[in-house]
Amino acid sequence: MLISLQHLRKEYPGGKVAVEDVSVDINAGDFVCFIGTSGSGKTTTLRMINRMINPTSGKILLNDEDVTKMDPVKLRRKLGYVIQDVGLMPHMTIRDNITLVPKLLKWSKEKRAQRAEKLIKLAQLPTEFLDRYPSELSGGQQQRIGVVRAFAANQDIILMDEPFGALDPITRESLQDLVLDLQKRLGKTFIFVTHDMDEALRLATKIVIMSEGKIVQMDSPDNILKHPKNDFVKHLIGEDRLIQARPSVTTVGQIMLKAPISISENASLHRALQTMHEKRVDTLLVTDDEDHLVGVLDIEQLDLGYHRKRPVSEVMNREIYFVHESSIIRDSVNRILKLGYRNIPVINQAGKLVGIVTRATLVDMVYDALWGQEDSGDDAVPELKNAVTAQQKKDTIAPAKGALDD
Amino acid sequence: MAGMNLWQQLITYFMQNGMYVLQQFGRHFLISIYGVLLAAIVGIPLGIFISRYRKLSSTVVGLANVIQTIPSLAMLSILMLGLGLGVNTVIVTVFLYSLLPILKNTYTGMQNVNKDVIDAGKGIGMTSWQRLYYVELPLSMSVIMAGLRNALVLAIGITAIGSFVGAGGLGDIIIRGTNATDGGAIILAGALPTALMAIIADGVLGFLEHRLDPSSKKVKN
Repeated sequence: MLISLQHLRKEYPGGKVAVEDVSVDINAGDFVCFIGTSGSGKTTTLRMINRMINPTSGKILLNDEDVTKMDPVKLRRKLGYVIQDVGLMPHMTIRDNITLVPKLLKWSKEKRAQRAEKLIKLAQLPTEFLDRYPSELSGGQQQRIGVVRAFAANQDIILMDEPFGALDPITRESLQDLVLDLQKRLGKTFIFVTHDMDEALRLATKIVIMSEGKIVQMDSPDNILKHPKNDFVKHLIGEDRLIQARPSVTTVGQIMLKAPISISENASLHRALQTMHEKRVDTLLVTDDEDHLVGVLDIEQLDLGYHRKRPVSEVMNREIYFVHESSIIRDSVNRILKLGYRNIPVINQAGKLVGIVTRATLVDMVYDALWGQEDSGDDAVPELKNAVTAQQKKDTIAPAKGALDD
Repeated sequence: MAGMNLWQQLITYFMQNGMYVLQQFGRHFLISIYGVLLAAIVGIPLGIFISRYRKLSSTVVGLANVIQTIPSLAMLSILMLGLGLGVNTVIVTVFLYSLLPILKNTYTGMQNVNKDVIDAGKGIGMTSWQRLYYVELPLSMSVIMAGLRNALVLAIGITAIGSFVGAGGLGDIIIRGTNATDGGAIILAGALPTALMAIIADGVLGFLEHRLDPSSKKVKN
């Protein structure tokens, strides 16, 4: 157990209880999201971990060591801390800002310079930014710096207090990607406070729902979606997400059509044409000798560059969109609809072609969802019907690429 | 001197007493600087202190305000009773008058430092002293500097009156001019350098104030 919160309680003078009997166990590598309405005690709980607030009673163990007996300054240097308002020092360059903790820890100048270069790459920002001042960066860029600053001294635990609350949705999403990437790549433990359920569902491995200082439910995102404990949790998640919950845990691999029609890149165009004719399709997925997806060939390209002996690899389109078989269907649906493709190839971890998702597959899925809802008579049904009509509309305006399996 | 107009007289005065004027200029400047420096040594830490213990701030700033309301000539006379004639009385007077602008600006500067930045500083593990040194002081420096600038300009004016208690400085020349018949040129010979000193001090500290302003931090091309 990396961090263990045991029966935490915080009572302010005057009798206001901010946090009451909160116990959470956090393992290394966890991404724990505290979520709740304003005044639910989630921020207070977070701030007790790095002792910005001292608990009235209860214990916090960090590697079995009681943090209330540790020097708060030393403790805080071990824990990364990101706040909503970024909190970069306006009078220091980005370089000085991200290496502030290493400086406090008295790292040598060379080591700090190296670290700065590495961190700016982690933040996915250009190296020139190191010599700029925070005011010259956009809000999203500043928060990227705020996030990597928390990693500056190789902290293993990162505390985040509504870090993306003040950002616009697109910037927020890109920062969530950054954090997810850092978590997967560096294996850090995150403790994250938010009031945005989408954010929690997207990032967390464990969600702690709080209300009025108490824990209402604590579980994995999937379990919370499947079994919300009471009306408060249901309300917090929102009806929409509960309905989406079923498809949301389905992966692309479960719904895709297996054995798509494909051709080797070394085959001749004559052979490709034959295959198209036999299978009655106008598009072929092109693979190399080891079944890796390398391109697509449609009838127009074939027609334009036709020569009997010419290999497929010379005329095929190498710009292909694909999804992984393990990705969640909800994300892929959006992508397919947005891009306007009528079908999208599916690959596995090794990049090998394993299947295809077509618009027809999606219709089946939405139909299933509709069917599943019908007997409960939920008011979300019209919404789903709209989704279906929207898809039909999209279909009519989609580029005439032709589907494989019609 | 008769037959010359005011400006010719002034030029003649500077040519004949140039070294003397320069000497008084230096003396005048030093008296002002000493007073302001002493006030800074006391005022800045006191300002930091009352920004940490805000309950004390109204009392301390109120006290400094009361000092400010005493007319400078009266202050000089009262202090003269205790400290006697001479330069020390003037330095103490300058000190007392400089205290308020320095104290008040330090307090305001510290109060205006963005709370999120301080919170972040604390959260990443700065000690209270490191926060002061790395965060609060640099961020409030331009406001503190504005206080010093106010104080120094004020001090140059007060030092001119200081010659009444025998401290010397450019005030000596002005008083000599008021005592002489047709002493307009001598008055100017004292008053113009005093004004010049105040303008230069204001300009230089104003420049420093701008340079230290964190919001003016940009990459210099």
